[in-house]
Amino acid sequence: MPLLTVKDLHTSFFTPAGEVKAVNGVSFNLDAGKVLGIVGESGSGKSVTAYSVLQILESSGKIVSGSVVFDGQELVNSGENTMKKIRGNRISIIFQDPMTSLNPTYSVGRQLMEAILLHTDLSRAEAKKRAIEMLRLVNVNEPEKRMKQYPFEFSGGMRQRVMIAMALACEPDILIADEPTTALDVTIQAQIIDLMQDLQKKMGMAIIMITHDLGVIAQMCDEVIVMYAGSICEQGTADEIFYNPRHEYTKGLMRSIPTVSNSGERLHPIEGTPIDLLNMPQGCPFAPRCDAAMKICIEKRCKRMSINEDHMAACWLNVKSDLEAGIMISETETELVKGGVQLD
Amino acid sequence: MTDTAKNLVEVKNLKKYFSINTGFFKSKQLKAVDDVSFSIKKGETLGLVGESGCGKTTVGRTLMQLYKPTAGSIVYDGKQIKTPSDISEFRKKAAIVFQDPYSSLNPRMTVSDIIGEPLDIHKAYENKQERRERILSLMQKVGLNSEHASRYAHEFSGGQRQRIGIARALAIRPEFVVCDEPVSALDVSIQAQVINMFDELQNDMDLTYLFIAHDILVVRHISDRIAVMYLGKLVEVADADEIYEHPLHPYTRSLMSSVPYPDPKIARENKRIVLSGDIPSPLNAPSGCPFRTRCPHAAEICAQSMPSLSEAATGHAVACHRLKEIS
Repeated sequence: MPLLTVKDLHTSFFTPAGEVKAVNGVSFNLDAGKVLGIVGESGSGKSVTAYSVLQILESSGKIVSGSVVFDGQELVNSGENTMKKIRGNRISIIFQDPMTSLNPTYSVGRQLMEAILLHTDLSRAEAKKRAIEMLRLVNVNEPEKRMKQYPFEFSGGMRQRVMIAMALACEPDILIADEPTTALDVTIQAQIIDLMQDLQKKMGMAIIMITHDLGVIAQMCDEVIVMYAGSICEQGTADEIFYNPRHEYTKGLMRSIPTVSNSGERLHPIEGTPIDLLNMPQGCPFAPRCDAAMKICIEKRCKRMSINEDHMAACWLNVKSDLEAGIMISETETELVKGGVQLD
Repeated sequence: MTDTAKNLVEVKNLKKYFSINTGFFKSKQLKAVDDVSFSIKKGETLGLVGESGCGKTTVGRTLMQLYKPTAGSIVYDGKQIKTPSDISEFRKKAAIVFQDPYSSLNPRMTVSDIIGEPLDIHKAYENKQERRERILSLMQKVGLNSEHASRYAHEFSGGQRQRIGIARALAIRPEFVVCDEPVSALDVSIQAQVINMFDELQNDMDLTYLFIAHDILVVRHISDRIAVMYLGKLVEVADADEIYEHPLHPYTRSLMSSVPYPDPKIARENKRIVLSGDIPSPLNAPSGCPFRTRCPHAAEICAQSMPSLSEAATGHAVACHRLKEIS
C-alpha cells in the first residue's frame, strides 16, 4: 500500500474576482522511501498541491473535493487536531525562502526544540541534545554555539540546513521540499542537494520535491509529475519523462532549456503565456499554447492515459490514430498501472 | 566575428568600493569590484557569471556609470569616459536592462511613456508624431501589441514587462547593452522566448552585450565568451564552450560541476565537486586569493598574494597560483 494517496484533489481560492481553481483534479501515489518530483511553472499548482496535503492553505483557500490518505488515514476533513499531530511530525515541509521561514526573534536552538518538544515526550535537556544532534547531522559547524544564535547570524545555505534539521527532527515519513534550493547559489544548491540525498539514504523518508528546475528533478527524483494550470499533464519515472516525453507541454519545457546540445542554436520556447486560472477553458488547458492542438483538444479535456507501465500522459495526441479511426477513447483507459498509480 | 574585430569596451583595473558604516564613526570598505579588467569586442556577447554578492551587478552598473568608479578606466570605442559630457555621450550609445521587471518600471507611467522616456531625455525626435511612431515600432520589435501602449506596467505579465524594459533600453538605438540578469525572474518557457529575442535583436541591430547572470546554462547559450567572478575579482575568462568543457580555475570547476544538468543519466554520472563552506563576506574578504578558504588546492602562497589573471592557453585567462600543480 502506498504511503500517501492523493485522489482527485480539487483546491480553490475564493477571491473577490471569483473562484481560482489552483488544483484541479490531481491524483498520485507516493511509496515509502521514494523521491517524487513535482515540476511546473509559477501558478501551475505544485505548491498548492503540497499545502493541501498538509492543509496549510491561506484562509481564502479550500479543499473543494478529493481525498488525501496518509498511512491508511483520510486527512481531508479529519480536523485540525489530527493535522497538528501529523504536521512537522510525520509529514514535514521546508519552504523556498530560508530568510523568512525562521522566526527572527527566537534563537535557532529554541525554534529547533519547539518541534521536538511538541511531538515527543522528551524533556527539555533531552530535546536540546536531540536538536544539537540534528544540527550536527546537517553539517552545521559548532552546533552548541550555533544553538544560541539568531537566524540573522546564519547565511542562506546555513538557514536552509537549519530548516532541514527542524523538518527532520521528528523523523518524518514524508518530507515535502517546496523549492528548497531556488533562493540559493549554485554551489550552495549543490551542497543542499547532496545533504538531502545523503539524509534520505540514512533516514529513509520519502521526499516530495517541488521545483521549477528540471535540473534539480533530474538529479534527485525517482518519479516525476509535470503540472500545468492545476492539473497533471504527465507522470512517470524520471527517465521516461526526460527521454520519452508524451505531452506537448513537457516536450516544450524540455526544448526551452538551454543545454549543451542546443548551444548556439535558437531555443524553441512555448509561445504565449500561461492561462488565466479564473477562466479555464473546457478543453485541455494547454491547448491555446499547443502547436499540435486538434479540435478535440479545445472541446474536451483529456484524461490521463497510460503510455506504458511507468508512464502516463493526458494528451489526445497519444491516441490520435485511434481518434481518427473512430475508436471510443474510454476503451483505452485502464484501471491501474504499476506502482499503484491510478488513472483519473 | 573575427579576432581582428576591435574592442568596443575596454575595462582596466576597475575598482568600486563602498563605504559601509560599521559603528559610531566607524566605517569599512566593501570591495565590491576589485581590480577587474576585461574587454568586449564589437558584436560580441560577454557573459559574466558568479554567485550572489560576487560583484557582477556592480560591474555592470559601474560600467554604465550608474556608480562612480573608485579607480580604473573605462574606454568605450577608443575614448576614455571621464567627464560628465563623456558620460552623457556614452549613454546615447549604451543602455541597461534590469533584472526585476516588477520594480524597474514606474507603476505610474504608461508603457508608451516608459519606452519614450529615453527618447525625451536625449531629444531623439523631431515631433510628437515621430516619437509615437518610434515607440510603436519598438513595441512591435520586442513582440508587444501596439494597442497596449497606453496601459500601465501592472497590467502585464513578467515576461511582457521584461519586454517593456528591453524596448526602453533599445529606444535610443544603442550599440552596447548591459543585460543584468534579464531572464532570472522568468519562468522557463517565457525565459526561452526572451533569450531568443536577445539573439534576434543582436543580429538585427548589431548589438554588443554584457550579459550578467547566475544561470550558467543560460549564459553559455547566449555568450561568445564567459568571465567568472568570485568576491569582486575575475578568476577566469575564456570562450563559452572552452570554459564549460575545460574549466581551469578550481572555483570554475566546482561551479560547472554544480550546475544541475537537466538529464537524469548525465546527472547520475556527474561527479559534483561540492565546495565546503559559504562565500566569505566581502567585508572580511580573505587575504590573497579570495577563493582560498574554500579551495581544495589552497597552499601557503594563496594567502600571500592575489594571483594575476594570465593566459593559460590562447584566449583562456586564469587567476590561480597553483594552476600547474592541479591541472
